[in-house]
Amino acid sequence: MIAAQSLQRMSRRMFNRPRLDWPLVGLIMATVALGMVILYSASEGDSQLVIKQGVRFLIGLAVMFVISHLPPTQMRHLTPFLYVVGIVLLLIVAFAGVGTGAQRWLNLGVARFQPSELLKLSVPMMMAWYLHSRSYPPSLRTTLSSLVIVVIPAVLIYQQPDLGTAILVAISGLFVLFLSGLSWRLIISLAVAAAALSPILWNAMHEYQKNRVLMFLDPEADPLGRGWNIIQSKIAVGSGGLTGKGWQQGTQAHLEFLPEKSTDFILATFAEEFGLMGVLVLFSLYMLIIWRGLVIAMAAKDCYSRLLSGALVLTFFVYVAVNAGMVSGLLPVVGVPLPLVSYGGTSMVSLMAGFGVIMSIYAHRKFISSDR
Amino acid sequence: MKPRRTHRLRDMAREREGFRSRALSAFAIVLVCFVVLIWRFVHLQIFQHEEYTTRSESNRVKIIPRPSNRGLILDRHGVVLADNWPAYRLEIIPEQVDDLADTLERLADIIELGQDDLEKFRELRMARHSFQSIPLRLQLEEVEVARFSVNRHAFPGVNVVAYQTRQYPFDHSFAHVIGYVSRLDRSDLNRVDAREYVATTHIGKSGVERYYEAFLHGKGGRQQVETNAQGRVIDVLESEPQRSGMNLHLTIDAVLQLAAVEALGDRNGAVVALDPATGEVLALVSAPSYNPNLFVNGISTRDYRALLDSPDQPLFNRALQGGYEPGSTLKPFMALAGLELGEIDRNTIVNSIGYYQLPDQARRYHDWNPGGHGPVDVVEALAQSVNVFFFRLAVDLTIDRIHDYLDDFGFGAPTGLDLYGEISGVLPSREWKRAHRNLPWFPGETVILGIGQGFMVTTPLQLANATAAMANRGRMVQPHLLRAVENPQSGVLQYPEYPSTTVPILDAENWQLVIQGMEGVVHGVRGTARAIAADDPPFRIAGKSGTAQVYELKEGEKYNAEEVAEHLRDHALFIAFAPADAPTIALAVIAEHGGGGSSVAAPIARKVIDAWLKAPIADDQVISFHDPKVQLRREMR
Repeated sequence: MIAAQSLQRMSRRMFNRPRLDWPLVGLIMATVALGMVILYSASEGDSQLVIKQGVRFLIGLAVMFVISHLPPTQMRHLTPFLYVVGIVLLLIVAFAGVGTGAQRWLNLGVARFQPSELLKLSVPMMMAWYLHSRSYPPSLRTTLSSLVIVVIPAVLIYQQPDLGTAILVAISGLFVLFLSGLSWRLIISLAVAAAALSPILWNAMHEYQKNRVLMFLDPEADPLGRGWNIIQSKIAVGSGGLTGKGWQQGTQAHLEFLPEKSTDFILATFAEEFGLMGVLVLFSLYMLIIWRGLVIAMAAKDCYSRLLSGALVLTFFVYVAVNAGMVSGLLPVVGVPLPLVSYGGTSMVSLMAGFGVIMSIYAHRKFISSDR
Repeated sequence: MKPRRTHRLRDMAREREGFRSRALSAFAIVLVCFVVLIWRFVHLQIFQHEEYTTRSESNRVKIIPRPSNRGLILDRHGVVLADNWPAYRLEIIPEQVDDLADTLERLADIIELGQDDLEKFRELRMARHSFQSIPLRLQLEEVEVARFSVNRHAFPGVNVVAYQTRQYPFDHSFAHVIGYVSRLDRSDLNRVDAREYVATTHIGKSGVERYYEAFLHGKGGRQQVETNAQGRVIDVLESEPQRSGMNLHLTIDAVLQLAAVEALGDRNGAVVALDPATGEVLALVSAPSYNPNLFVNGISTRDYRALLDSPDQPLFNRALQGGYEPGSTLKPFMALAGLELGEIDRNTIVNSIGYYQLPDQARRYHDWNPGGHGPVDVVEALAQSVNVFFFRLAVDLTIDRIHDYLDDFGFGAPTGLDLYGEISGVLPSREWKRAHRNLPWFPGETVILGIGQGFMVTTPLQLANATAAMANRGRMVQPHLLRAVENPQSGVLQYPEYPSTTVPILDAENWQLVIQGMEGVVHGVRGTARAIAADDPPFRIAGKSGTAQVYELKEGEKYNAEEVAEHLRDHALFIAFAPADAPTIALAVIAEHGGGGSSVAAPIARKVIDAWLKAPIADDQVISFHDPKVQLRREMR
């Protein structure tokens, strides 16, 4: 009896308060559903694969639900710890990781785990933790010292080598800086400095990374070799037209011209089969998710929550934009999956963990009375 | 750890307002980016739509992966043990067939189509596109190919396709060494580089085929081909050739292996023969065996059930997975321990009165000869297999010293042979018993360990390996099956090197004494296995018989083979090496439920030794599958 009562009390605590932002949950679910429809087609009707993706989403939902019950204050206290753990894991991967060609994975026995996924969350968290108590807007000194938080993991991930993820992790940290009110003058001078440093970066890049950039600049130079992905992807998108070739009718994908058609290039399959109309629907969903996320960020009461949720939402946007830009030939091919749609486990779970943080900030918007 | 407080008072409202304006400008940037993206998609999908549609329709260049040729497996003289045979399969492109049901019906008249074939075909049809070719029947008979060729015009969309299939010419005889390949499935892709296996249909599932998969497989190639809109190949533009797998030359001697199979006859058991000088496995037989060819193109459920359900367990590799009590075959090693550790010497005499008793204990440990053997020294104790001598020796040595000494001979640990699944067996010790039985070691257990009974478990391979060490006077080379790896293009052979260890030798005289005792087993007047040397062979054999209990007798009960059901009958063991003074072969034989080691296992060992010594094949001599020596043995199976 007592157990039943306490269970009841617990479930009341879990469900009575509005923990989840249902509009956001609905938008996420709609996007994932659309993703599974196209995944079925891209995998040549492999329902097993689709079920696997569904299971990953359910795991992601569970992770989101659990994290949404963690108060932001507690997250704030945990932040430095999570950040240090992430860095240590990156160091371990550098020395003991497994992977084909690149060292990115840690084998946990039951599952393989990519520590850089953890950093996608913990870098913006650490930035928000560092900046939330400093002067507003951050001074030049604060800005420069906060950059250390971004640079350390970015360099470690770049060493794996995984340029795409390194850039994304860095960007997620920089968004916090942007949202914390960094003056436009500083932003512009930093951008100029970065542009000046880019030749050095170019020299430090791996051969295959240079190839990707060169290929992006002129894909037709080597149409059967390194330019293959971009060209085939553009043909898939372009031949889709306004209304698309129809579900499971995409010849580009089904005749196996299109590489990575269910992972990084799934948007090309989508655009081929559902056309521009489909693309607009998908983009609208993404824009609504981003808008809803920013609304939650603006309603957050303390500075840490605000900065963190804002940065997470904007990072989500960058994933979408980079992937869509890559598929349509606007950006070079970097291995960034299309969030909530591409086939793959780690990115799905870490995305949902990010949404869990946003949900928690949403849930606690009324209960935190003071800024600190 | 708390962030440092700032000294200035913070203006919450200003911060919130500042964030709001930043978030809104961020969203403005987001919108601008989406507008750019949408514009890009409009550009591709509306303005350039026609151009890309044309390119999509005329998209003719496709990359087709090509399978590599699997390496061959050969014996030490070049006899092919695993071959690739050209074969033909029937394939259908559903798109090009008007009435599939009718076509299948008519095909069944000229080509045998089983229920399994039709089911697999239906399954694959669901998973593939109508323009893709789907196999209907594998391994067509020559007459079937001929019949189909004549009637080809009546079957549009049906093709005969050439491919290579794995073939094991000796069926059962090498199955436990070679293993087999079988259809690749999803779980296999986890243990290999999936990119290299895109076009591969078969993968090693057991035996050498599995252990050396990486050598045998080679590397798949690619072809850039021009196709029409349906994906059919019109022209080959460019190709990246596949690299064939390596040919593996094994240490196995096919003639000897066949002789061992024949010698074992219908009995269940195992024979392992090694070259003591090199650690090369010359023969490795586990009986009963199975036909690996059954697995290559998909074993039928019925055949597989039969193999799994058979009480004789044909899939079980007794040579490295079968754990047997060593019985009296342990005695030479015990004798050596006694001599080297100084418990006995060549003059030690024990009077065997038929039984042995521990001080203060009533239990009698019996000799196999009820009246005893009288006074014997160590050589006679080995030749006549006198239990009392070894009961006493074991007690004097103590379990700890026995364990440490036998450990050097590799008992209780896998030998490291290049096959998967080898068990470690048990070399008991106080620690082992504490860990596995949670009991202290009892003195009586030391007594029976003296004659290889009780907890000790060995595999035929371990016994052969230890016998090789004895034959080699202490030096042990890692037993192995791979002799050389051959690059099929260049024909260059590479010989891997194998590590060796040494059993510490205090006095070479002691080893000679034990070997003398083992020779006495075969050639002595009272040797237990003297029957196998009754014809006075031109070489000396050192051996030792043993009997492993399957069924434990209570004290006072007497074992009588005639009265015991066959599956409870003792296992017969024999270890041997020859010629005794300069051995070129060392072996262990186990005949399950054979009864006595000297009466059943020893003759088998003799036949194997004869095959090796009476008609030796020079090491560098190359013989083929059709060599009369091979064919004769093959027919005699």
